[in-house]
Amino acid sequence: MKKTVMLLMVLTLTVALAACGQKNNDGGNNGGSELSGSFLATGSSALQPLVDQVSKKFMDSNKKVSIQVQAGGSGTGLTQVSEGQSDIGNSDVFAEEKLDADKAAALVDHQVAVVGMSAVVNKEVAVDNLTKQQLVDIFTGKVTNWKEVGGNDQSIQIINRPSSSGTRATFEKYALGQKSEDLKGSIQEDSSGTVKKLVGETPGAIGYLALSYLDDSVKAVKYEGVDANVENVANGTYPVWAYEHMYTKGEPTAAVKAFLEYMLSDEVQNGDVVELGYIPASKMEVKRDVSGNITK
Amino acid sequence: MAQSLERQKAKPHLAEEWVGKVYTLLCIAFLIGTIVSIVYFVASKGLSTFFVNHVNVLDLLTGLKWAPEGEPAVFGALPFIFGSFSTSLLAAAIAAPLGFCAAVFMVEIAPKFGRRYLQPVIELLAGIPSVVYGFVGLSVIVPFFRNVFPGQGIGIAAGALVLSIMILPTITTIATDALAALPKGLKEGSFALGATRWQTIYRIVLPTTLPALMTGIVLGIARAFGEALAVQMVIGNAPHIPSSLFESASTLTSAITLSMGNTAMGSLANNALWSLALILMLMTFVFVFIVRFLEGRSKL
Repeated sequence: MKKTVMLLMVLTLTVALAACGQKNNDGGNNGGSELSGSFLATGSSALQPLVDQVSKKFMDSNKKVSIQVQAGGSGTGLTQVSEGQSDIGNSDVFAEEKLDADKAAALVDHQVAVVGMSAVVNKEVAVDNLTKQQLVDIFTGKVTNWKEVGGNDQSIQIINRPSSSGTRATFEKYALGQKSEDLKGSIQEDSSGTVKKLVGETPGAIGYLALSYLDDSVKAVKYEGVDANVENVANGTYPVWAYEHMYTKGEPTAAVKAFLEYMLSDEVQNGDVVELGYIPASKMEVKRDVSGNITK
Repeated sequence: MAQSLERQKAKPHLAEEWVGKVYTLLCIAFLIGTIVSIVYFVASKGLSTFFVNHVNVLDLLTGLKWAPEGEPAVFGALPFIFGSFSTSLLAAAIAAPLGFCAAVFMVEIAPKFGRRYLQPVIELLAGIPSVVYGFVGLSVIVPFFRNVFPGQGIGIAAGALVLSIMILPTITTIATDALAALPKGLKEGSFALGATRWQTIYRIVLPTTLPALMTGIVLGIARAFGEALAVQMVIGNAPHIPSSLFESASTLTSAITLSMGNTAMGSLANNALWSLALILMLMTFVFVFIVRFLEGRSKL
């Protein structure tokens, strides 16, 4: 008796599992009638909130599609999409900057948004503007006191990102124009929230944050006299910004393709993207390639 | 008739025996397989830094400069090793006396109150997620240190203090068990000779249970050594050997967690992080051996 019940249960389970497998496999081959399938997007934690929110909306209107969004860093996203473990790899940096040339060549880049970044200082710091040279001097340890760049007599505390971080790479490339070192006594934190908290609470602190993280607890400083805001990034006068990339390997399946198209649609670009503090890719008046060349 | 009935009865037992045996063996095989593959995975990744990328082992272990993105990339892990050891040893130095005193109180001085109220409270500490410890450290300990001591408050002292609270349950629980397992006769003999309670605790109870207490400390250090998130939030993570307890430092775990997600698998920078993981794993083995050694020396 017991055995029969057991056997029945095993059978049911097998059939159920097989059915599940079936459902996942025919991912989006229905030729436009109704999208189905499941796919995985991993990578950049800076882009994750946007992908997360848009994927929920997309799943609401396409009931048969299931999207999983995981953070884990740009490197993880690029590696996983390159090795076929995930369908979309989210990244703050161009694939060419992290992967070998041949691996990067196999990936298709979808630039879905732009993120501007600004140097931020503790509110007590009496400096409103920093030139490129002053920033370089600070982040290379040549200048260690605020009075040397026109502020009060107070030592500078650097709150940096880890040297592998995409945000740091962007800041170094476009604000400093060179690599910076992990100086003795400097602080490295990985999450923007912690960076903001530390800059806000530590006397004499300087760090950098994405524009979406800026609020009253820290003070954003001008770069070469230019305010860090959406307009200045979009028209190309403010140079410290990066694309948010969503990479696919080769030709995406119908569901992935539809999702990426939805991501770039006006509804999302002027809605969720702006709402979450990113800059719509469509709004950019300038373009930038992987080696940093700007074209109008 | 009776014999055949007995044989029929015996059969299901034999089957049960067999099923149990196979099930146990399967579980053991799975467990061993998991452990072997984890060790193999970490070792193969961690060693490829030396065999594939040809980084010198001694340079990695004794180098003072960590610049994985530099030109050329330099991998010196000594600041991380120093940070890991100093924070976890300091944490044990803070937590051990507290844990022992709590254990003595719970077993010898006020067993009723201690075991009913104090022990659950201390064990509760083990269940709090480490990100909560890290955030409390960042919001309470760091500003306090910043106001009281020179420096930014961030550093080894803050890391050790957060860790000491995290390993307190480990040390206390093991010490409590050891003290409670002490044969009654020993203490009664001591009292019979006219010793006071404090003399008995100090001269008899603590020396006899010392190996078990040491086991607790080593397990606590092992836990502190492997803790990542809470320490990462309060220690500052600059890859340098600090010149004071209140200056930014880094540990093996925080170096790994900060960069692992941002580096591409198989790249030199990624392999170097796996080498740090390998060092962590080897250190854990050392701690396990020390615990085994101490257990062998138990005087009971």
